[in-house]
Amino acid sequence: MKLLNTLLQKTAPLFNKGGRLVRWYPAFDAVDSFLMGSRHTTGSAPHVRDAMDLKRIMILVVIALLPCVFMAMWNTGYQANLALQALGLTSPAGWRGAVMASLNLACTPDNFLANLIHGSLYFLPIYLMTLTAGGIWEMIFNLIRGHEISEAFLVTSLLFPLTLPPTVPLWQVALGISFGVIFAKEVFGGVGRNFMNPALVSRAFLFFAYPGNMSGDTVWVGVDGLSSATALAKIAAAPADAPLSGLNFSWADAFLGTIPGSMGETSVVACLLGATLLLVCGIASWRIMASMLLGGLSLALLLQFTASSGNTLINLPFYWHPVLGGFAFGLIFMATDPVTAPHTNIGRWCYGFFIGALAILIRVINPAYPEGVMLAILLGNVFSPLFDYPVIQANIRQRRLRHG
Amino acid sequence: MLHYMEIIFTALFMENMVLSFFLGMCTFLAISKQINAAAGLGFAVLLIQTITVPINNLIYHYLLKPDALSWAGFPGLDLTFLGLLIYIGVIAAVVQILEMVLDRFLPALYYTLGIFLPLLTVNCAILGGSLFMVEREYTFRESVFYGIGSGGGFLLAVVALAGIREKLEYADPPAGLRGLGLTFITTGLMALAFMGLAGISF
Repeated sequence: MKLLNTLLQKTAPLFNKGGRLVRWYPAFDAVDSFLMGSRHTTGSAPHVRDAMDLKRIMILVVIALLPCVFMAMWNTGYQANLALQALGLTSPAGWRGAVMASLNLACTPDNFLANLIHGSLYFLPIYLMTLTAGGIWEMIFNLIRGHEISEAFLVTSLLFPLTLPPTVPLWQVALGISFGVIFAKEVFGGVGRNFMNPALVSRAFLFFAYPGNMSGDTVWVGVDGLSSATALAKIAAAPADAPLSGLNFSWADAFLGTIPGSMGETSVVACLLGATLLLVCGIASWRIMASMLLGGLSLALLLQFTASSGNTLINLPFYWHPVLGGFAFGLIFMATDPVTAPHTNIGRWCYGFFIGALAILIRVINPAYPEGVMLAILLGNVFSPLFDYPVIQANIRQRRLRHG
Repeated sequence: MLHYMEIIFTALFMENMVLSFFLGMCTFLAISKQINAAAGLGFAVLLIQTITVPINNLIYHYLLKPDALSWAGFPGLDLTFLGLLIYIGVIAAVVQILEMVLDRFLPALYYTLGIFLPLLTVNCAILGGSLFMVEREYTFRESVFYGIGSGGGFLLAVVALAGIREKLEYADPPAGLRGLGLTFITTGLMALAFMGLAGISF
């Protein structure tokens, strides 16, 4: 580590102003600050002293996502192994089978390690593809424009694979993250200047461009020839008066996350572990989390007691909604994004409630989409400046009255 | 009543004039730098839509559509080919009259709406509202609600865009994208988000 530090300090003059490689300064700075921490000090007043900077916030979010990543790998493997067992096989086809065989692991759902490794063979390629494709774009923009490369991309590139189904083709992953990074973030000037969550824009882009690979019954489990619908799809297909009849798992299973779905979204426990860290460190807004949960539950209750149609999802008991689909994941990691959420506290309450209600509304009464959390958060991003506007105007008016 | 609420909600969200049909783009992009101005424009559109769509509905039903003139003793007459011309004329006339009335009786509102009123004479979202009304064969009452909904949809979209653009004051786009370029991309992303509501049926 010390050697690396001296090496970095020695090469620094090359990249600093006047050095030969000054054009590559953002790349150097990224390596330097990722490994060693920031060397920048503020030259002139005001000097704000705070242990929390952007770097630390982003790294903490990455740490908070680790339980979800772990569950993503384990559950993806678990679902795939379950499917293999149902088909009477012990090893998957293709290169994954070769890797599992070389490790001498039989693909049975009872084997913890086999689940974890088999799942990581789905998750890691997607994650590496996201890092590479998104990282290249990030690097190009930052080098040309002389911006600092921020850790925020580590968060985006971790959120995005977690929202994808395990079977998504890798070229689509690259395409999606490219669209998100370029059109939702870099054209606006990079971190903190965007108005929509780049990871969600990437996912929405893929969702609309390649619906066959992003939804349906066959994409959620990585084994060919076996279809396994998500819980929401199963419920929607069940008879209207018995919404839970088609499910082969309980509320606790959905809470733990041992059900098919997008890789990172199924486990509410993992999301809650991440939420605890975010809340303890004061990174995510508890107001948004609380009001989104409140909004979702109250709309689910409202629909349940007022509407009386043949829609199965309306009859789903309200306490099922937060543990299904991406509700918990979106609530904890997506809606609370400090850049795209409102900046006033009252605005945050309204924003969270709006997203929660809308997510359930789309999920329940929009037959076009199986899940509404992603689109509800994107719509929340669109309206988030409007949640701030009246609060700020009221404050201005009040202060004017008070101080003349 | 539920049916009319459905018309309003569909026009507001699912079939938003701007973000689903991309109508009225020029005013939408031009006057969305500040929330105040955008709200002024939005309310002007709302007002004009609420007046012109029902008027054009009456004209269509009692003058233009096949057999409409049978009350005047001309059965079998089909004047729909005059529709486009007449709807624009009606919109222009209504805008002019509205402007004069506001100037005389409500000067405060007149100055708030200001330049937007005459500008809206040639707005395609306004004409689009009347044409959709004809195509979907709304009754008079339905057309009133459709006017409110489609105008409200424009108001919603333009105010949301203005909010985002006020936020984007702090953005740092590449030189070639400053101004309109970035606004186009923003509009596209907004439309992506609005697709979440497309497909809701009651």
